[in-house]
Amino acid sequence: MTTADVRLPEKPSPAPSLRRGPSRLRRRENTAAWVLIAPFVLVFLLFLVVPIVYSGYLSLFREQLVGGNTFVGLENYTRALTDPSFLSGVARMAVFLVIQVPVMLGLSLVFALLLDAGVLYLQRFIRLGIFIPYAVPSVIAALMWGYLYGGDFGPFAQLAEKLGAPAPQFLSADWMLFSLMNIVSWEFIGYNMIILYAALRSVPRELFDAAAVDGAGTVRTAWSIKIPAIRPAILLTVIFSVIGSFQLFNEPSILRNIAPNVIGVDYTPNLYAYNLAFINRDSNYAAAIAFILGIVIMIVSYTVQLSAQRKERAAR
Amino acid sequence: MTTIPATAEAVVTGTPPRETTRSRRTHSSDQPRRSKVLTIAMFVALLYFLLPLWWLVVASTKSNADLFTSFGLWFSGTNSLWANIQDVFTTQDGVYLLWLRNSLVYAIVSAVGAAFLATMAGYAFAKYRFRGGNLIFSGILGAVMIPMTALTIPTYLLFANAGLTNTPWAVILPSLVSPFGVYLMRVYAADAVDDTLIEAARVDGAGELRIFFTIGLRLLAPGMVTVLLFALVSTWNNYFLPLIMLNSPDLYPLTVGLAQWQALAAGGSGSRALFSTIITGAFISIIPLVLAFLYLQRYWQSGLASGAVKG
Repeated sequence: MTTADVRLPEKPSPAPSLRRGPSRLRRRENTAAWVLIAPFVLVFLLFLVVPIVYSGYLSLFREQLVGGNTFVGLENYTRALTDPSFLSGVARMAVFLVIQVPVMLGLSLVFALLLDAGVLYLQRFIRLGIFIPYAVPSVIAALMWGYLYGGDFGPFAQLAEKLGAPAPQFLSADWMLFSLMNIVSWEFIGYNMIILYAALRSVPRELFDAAAVDGAGTVRTAWSIKIPAIRPAILLTVIFSVIGSFQLFNEPSILRNIAPNVIGVDYTPNLYAYNLAFINRDSNYAAAIAFILGIVIMIVSYTVQLSAQRKERAAR
Repeated sequence: MTTIPATAEAVVTGTPPRETTRSRRTHSSDQPRRSKVLTIAMFVALLYFLLPLWWLVVASTKSNADLFTSFGLWFSGTNSLWANIQDVFTTQDGVYLLWLRNSLVYAIVSAVGAAFLATMAGYAFAKYRFRGGNLIFSGILGAVMIPMTALTIPTYLLFANAGLTNTPWAVILPSLVSPFGVYLMRVYAADAVDDTLIEAARVDGAGELRIFFTIGLRLLAPGMVTVLLFALVSTWNNYFLPLIMLNSPDLYPLTVGLAQWQALAAGGSGSRALFSTIITGAFISIIPLVLAFLYLQRYWQSGLASGAVKG
């Protein structure tokens, strides 16, 4: 769980009131607190906890033409773990993750460091320009890139034609995963850059001054002081990228419209779960798939966090 | 009080809050020199982010035929923007206007609701110590990890039983839950609302709820706007939830509607003429958010600074 790493500011204990007994104030506070959190807790229970529990329940059953709903225990789970459609989707997302996340976050970090170092002209303009794709909904981004990639009127194909070269096949089976990585990177480099930049801005100035006195250059300062100082923020971006990658749905679902032969119904685990639930009408199996996916995400996020903590301890 | 308190940043960055003011950038002697070479390199990188959007702007000025015959990154000579806009708003009896309205309604209602619920809960978690509080809070934070599908498919089935699918509520109600908003408002409230102020109000005989609504809400407003903005973006951009919940095109938001047009055009069912309409529709659909981000910079920047990620 990511929550383990989140530290909250210490709340000062409420000063005991002199006029009224502390127990009466306590009871009053208790009531007020519950009244204030009740609306959120209600929607949280109704639209988050109940669906999850229901999903867990569903995943233990199977709908049959004869006999209706029967309890099958963990059968849906064992089926998923031997289902090549599901496993290949998870494997594809793992490849996506291993390549796309480091490239995206690496670029975000370099941009953030350059902006923070103050070595650029027109900084504000650059910062906003890189961030703006985040304001474009992922559906619109995928739709736009789909046309850009395409052979009909995409500028890449037009340029290739002018040069007499064969048009690049961005939407072919060999290139598709990379084309998707490009869309996701385009959307999120600026977003992650802003998080890292904000973290850099809150590093105490004195640290850099000390480094400058010691004769460290800009690059050296960035590498041995700034990056370690924002490690928690970097970890946060890594974990959110991991969660996002495994859940990939919007972009492949849009590109599937223009390249149905390349992106199958099982291209990503989420596409597969969607198709199982709404095309095959097998919500029980879809629920099991979604559950396993959630567990995979938790394991990977937890591993990332543990290894980061171990590294931090080793560095000390 | 427009920025998130420094402790909020400290939560994310793991550093103690800075005592000094924000003027630390005004130091003189050790400021590294600005570099023209690096700036030019960054502008090349910037092209990658802006050229697709440039293409979108240029393409929305072209007729369907011009799209195929002129180079994508430059204008064709005849400006068809106005004709395209008319097409966008008249195709299929002007359904695009309904999508635009739906997107606005879903986003605004969900965002205002989510921000308000998160503010109340965040304030309570920050300012009251009550039994079960910490346990509930950890449960809320843990929910950030749950994948969308794991949640949306069972929610659909439950809503179908309750007769809520294919109504605006199916999109709005699940969007009211913003665990990250609660987290953010707890961090924000811890600093923004002074305990002595609450004590003073109590001595004056004000009830706890009255203290929240008269003093708390006012002090929490900047943080609330940040949560509101992020909730607005995530609902405006949402695709999966409305795709599953809604059947009738009249209820679609822009994302689902445009995706459907795109599928239609790609299917090539005599609708090739749709390309210029889709592209112009896509262009129009991104204008509100881009403007919102440009105008509300200080809110989202401070919000991201305190770790408001993917609400």
